[in-house]
Amino acid sequence: MLYREAGDFKSSYAEDSQTFPIRLDRRAYVALVAVALVVVPFVVNDYWVNAVLLPLLIYAIAALGLNILTGYCGQVSLGTGGFMAVGAYGCYKLMTAFPDINIAVLVILSGLITAAVGMLFGLPSLRIKGFYLAVATLAAQFFLVWLFNRVPWFYNYSASGQISAPERTLMGFRITGPETQAWATYLFTLAFVFASAWICRNLTRGAIGRRWMAIRDMDIAAEIIGVDPLRAKLSAFGVSSFFIGVSGALFFAVYLGAVEVGEAFGIDKSFLVLFMVIIGGLGSILGSFLGAAFMVLLPVLLKNLLVGGLGWPTDLAAHLELMIVGGLIVFFLIVEPHGLAQLWRITKEKLRIWPFPH
Amino acid sequence: MKKIIAALAVTVGLATPALAELTFPSLSYRTGPYAANGIPFADGYADYFTLVNERDGGIGGETINMIECETGYNTEKGVECYESTKGEGALLYQPLSTGITYQLIPRVSADGIPMHTLGYGRTSASNGKVFKWIFNYPATYWDGASVAIKYLLDENGGDLSGKKIGLVYHNSAYGKEPIRTLTELSAKHGFELLELPVDAPGQEQRSTWVQVRQQKPDYILMWGWGVMNQVAVQEAVNIRFPMENFIGIWWSGSENDVKPAGPRADGYKALNFHAAGADFAIYDDLEQYVFSTGKAAGAGDQQGTVLYNRGLYAAMIAVEAAKKAQEIHGTAAITPAQMRDGLEQLEMTDEKMTELGLDGFGPTFAASCENHGGSGKAAINQWNAETGTWEVLTDYIQSDQELIQRLVEEDSLAYAEENDIELRCQ
Repeated sequence: MLYREAGDFKSSYAEDSQTFPIRLDRRAYVALVAVALVVVPFVVNDYWVNAVLLPLLIYAIAALGLNILTGYCGQVSLGTGGFMAVGAYGCYKLMTAFPDINIAVLVILSGLITAAVGMLFGLPSLRIKGFYLAVATLAAQFFLVWLFNRVPWFYNYSASGQISAPERTLMGFRITGPETQAWATYLFTLAFVFASAWICRNLTRGAIGRRWMAIRDMDIAAEIIGVDPLRAKLSAFGVSSFFIGVSGALFFAVYLGAVEVGEAFGIDKSFLVLFMVIIGGLGSILGSFLGAAFMVLLPVLLKNLLVGGLGWPTDLAAHLELMIVGGLIVFFLIVEPHGLAQLWRITKEKLRIWPFPH
Repeated sequence: MKKIIAALAVTVGLATPALAELTFPSLSYRTGPYAANGIPFADGYADYFTLVNERDGGIGGETINMIECETGYNTEKGVECYESTKGEGALLYQPLSTGITYQLIPRVSADGIPMHTLGYGRTSASNGKVFKWIFNYPATYWDGASVAIKYLLDENGGDLSGKKIGLVYHNSAYGKEPIRTLTELSAKHGFELLELPVDAPGQEQRSTWVQVRQQKPDYILMWGWGVMNQVAVQEAVNIRFPMENFIGIWWSGSENDVKPAGPRADGYKALNFHAAGADFAIYDDLEQYVFSTGKAAGAGDQQGTVLYNRGLYAAMIAVEAAKKAQEIHGTAAITPAQMRDGLEQLEMTDEKMTELGLDGFGPTFAASCENHGGSGKAAINQWNAETGTWEVLTDYIQSDQELIQRLVEEDSLAYAEENDIELRCQ
């Protein structure tokens, strides 16, 4: 009744193909962006930014990246952790080599480095697919972690093998290092998230996104209708790795401040991001956000509820948390195998015809 | 519905700071691959605070409020724990993880909260001139490496040239810490250092021990933690490596690490900077005020173990430093900055230890503005599988201070330069 297309007239092609065809959606979207941009920076404190918002936003970028590769182009990847490490170590090397360049440029550059590395490791995808490709990307994961652990040049020969982000600023505001303001790091990350989501959305509905989806749905058929698999697959690997690299750089420089490759970018991270994409919804921009929110927020929420709210022992809460999160994953995948985004899509369909379903 | 939302908002958000008591967060890990070592430490840490609250009514009349937060030895969760507890007036952090320590060093320095990393963390933080807020007495990893080599020198009549010493280490910031010192020492004493990294968490070590079999090192040092220790000891037993030539750092020397390997782990050695066992006067008090009243933390089955004692020791230092801070500043309700002063002027003497019911429990040391690393003494313990106890083999051995001071100076000054830190204590 309220949520409907009726009366919302489109009079140009641009309007016809906009992302949110329903007025209510558009308004909700604008309101959300406005709140995130204008209200949140004034109310956040260190806890909210460092424990909740930064991981959420950064994982959302990683999930967007992986979604392009796995969700849109159909290439399964288990190398996300390794590619995030490339972004992080690239950012670290750039930060220490060029202290005067502003941090936003360095984050983008580390994304580009990761894109190159991603395309290199994407080469096997031209010959193999499915589970075999998953194994090839798994090799990338282990190789990259080994490399950053093994070659001291990457961590500037520090005694412990840790990399620590020095203080860097953007327009006079501290973005990395210990003495940052909560709102500054938040807005900096938010800008990257906004740009990433915007680029991803527009790439995936344009010609290049259609090529990716054609390859995903059936590569031989795609080849017959004139899609070049080499370019389609490698571009997917490149674009996907770019976003994953950006998220790795932010993860290291803005969020944690000091990382160690084995602990921060191990195989667990690859699985975590893959789960986000699967739970959120393959081939959906919204799904990447929902998946990241599910995997990042739920444990924090449960912890605060069980330990902070109910006063239960921390170990019991930690074990329960694993069980509850695991149980919910199974539950959501049974209820809707296509992820949370599909659940949202169905809800919207139902809302459109409410209260007169046919 | 409104109520639920309000409750959620409160639980997710910050609880109001309670400054009426002394808050000590305990970033513990009772789950995950490091739980076997995390649990006894966390229990000891909690029980000591309970004891002080029950017996003395707190520190200087202020009760202790310990907030436990589960990190799972994971740095991301560690950050979450730090952020969620720092708003509650936390006086001191003891994260029991070198990775989280590296994470927190810049943060606590910026927020002005002291951190004490008892025999772990960043070794060069022992230079108080650079690291104002960080303390790592009574001994550091580099002290540990030096003490182990000194002990081996003694065993070999002062000559290690031509010997081959393997270092089996957790492939992380923690395990890599001693490499710099050992490399220097190998050049000084002419032994060959064989680096054998084990990837976290360390359940899979077959290839490492195949390498040991091939390369046949004379001695093996181990920097392991959690499940890695048990696996390494078991693997060493499997390849029949002589256990008396296998020396672990103090984090690889608890009962949990050797018991799974059974009687053949007998003879395994480990460093320690405090005593094991329950033969201390303090255990009578613990029995009276904590155990018998059912207030013991966790399952209450860890008493007298090495890591439980280390938890007690960590909490004892926190309490003594708080007392010192109260004495210096003449107030019972101390702030984190005052707590820092207490830590910096802390002096552990034999009389004080006896008074606390910990006669001969640990080495004596005195902190100062420059020295946040303690005296750097550790003893060698040996596992007796038959009685199931750690036997103390040596007195507290003093580490090679000259070498370590030089390395600490080098590393900390590089850090100071990188981060634009002005040197203190001039």
